[in-house]
Amino acid sequence: MVAKSIDRADDMDSETCTGGNGEAGEIDCNDAVSQLYYYLDGELTDDRRREISVHLDRCQHCAKAAGFEAELRHVIANHCRDRVPESLIARVAESIAAEQRDLEKGS
Amino acid sequence: MADQAKFSELAMEYMPALYSAALRMTREPSDAQDLVQETYLKAFRGFAGFSEGTNLKAWLYRILTNTYINSYRAAKRRPEVSDVEDVEDLYLYHRLSPVGSSAIGRSAEDEALASFTDEEVKSALEALPDIFRISVLLADVEGFSYKEISDITDVPVGTVMSRIHRGRKALQKTLHEFARARGLVGSATAEFAD
Repeated sequence: MVAKSIDRADDMDSETCTGGNGEAGEIDCNDAVSQLYYYLDGELTDDRRREISVHLDRCQHCAKAAGFEAELRHVIANHCRDRVPESLIARVAESIAAEQRDLEKGS
Repeated sequence: MADQAKFSELAMEYMPALYSAALRMTREPSDAQDLVQETYLKAFRGFAGFSEGTNLKAWLYRILTNTYINSYRAAKRRPEVSDVEDVEDLYLYHRLSPVGSSAIGRSAEDEALASFTDEEVKSALEALPDIFRISVLLADVEGFSYKEISDITDVPVGTVMSRIHRGRKALQKTLHEFARARGLVGSATAEFAD
């Protein structure tokens, strides 16, 4: 939903929000942005989630920002993976095996 | 109640994730390795108390986090910083996305995001004070829910949300500084301003 909105952002007026134009029950850009983290975290109630989705479908400005925030999260996750040293795997396996042997001796 | 004989079979697969988290916490490979080993030993010893079928990964992270806070952080005697600067919403987006840009093809902000290196992202995360760093790490790198993070770190969900959100924004500020240092953004954005 967010990704496809980005493609449509070429015709937007960058200064003016195109969504949330005051219709009853609609939220505005400030509401949408303040709820954005909860929305992307999947931590909103269904009703609240739907309100944000509707806003993002209508407002290319917010949809683009939401797409950016979602992508930033992927970037953070993808750049924080480290290779476990083989020696650590061996060390942990050995210390657990030793612990296991002690347990078996004791029982 | 979980059977200790099955511990390795179930728990070893989480080591890459736990090791990466330990590195972000301690910022030192040798400390991170000791922390992971201690976590696995504690987990093995306490495995009888783990209810099988519940969230093993979260349970291991809880042990990792507590061990880090109780032993490693205490040993470093670092002054505990409990706050970050208040940063506005969409801080990085507003600074990487030129005003009035069109999104045909790849946008400037997507290019900038793609250009961040492992080194930059890791140091930006590691620059956050402990409580913010751990919260952002658990949420954004490991994908835990607010409730799971609340259980792992023993703080109320409301506090977890506040730490994650403020930590993320502080992280954005550091990433922006890196982007500026590389000349990716900076004076050029002024040309787009009205």
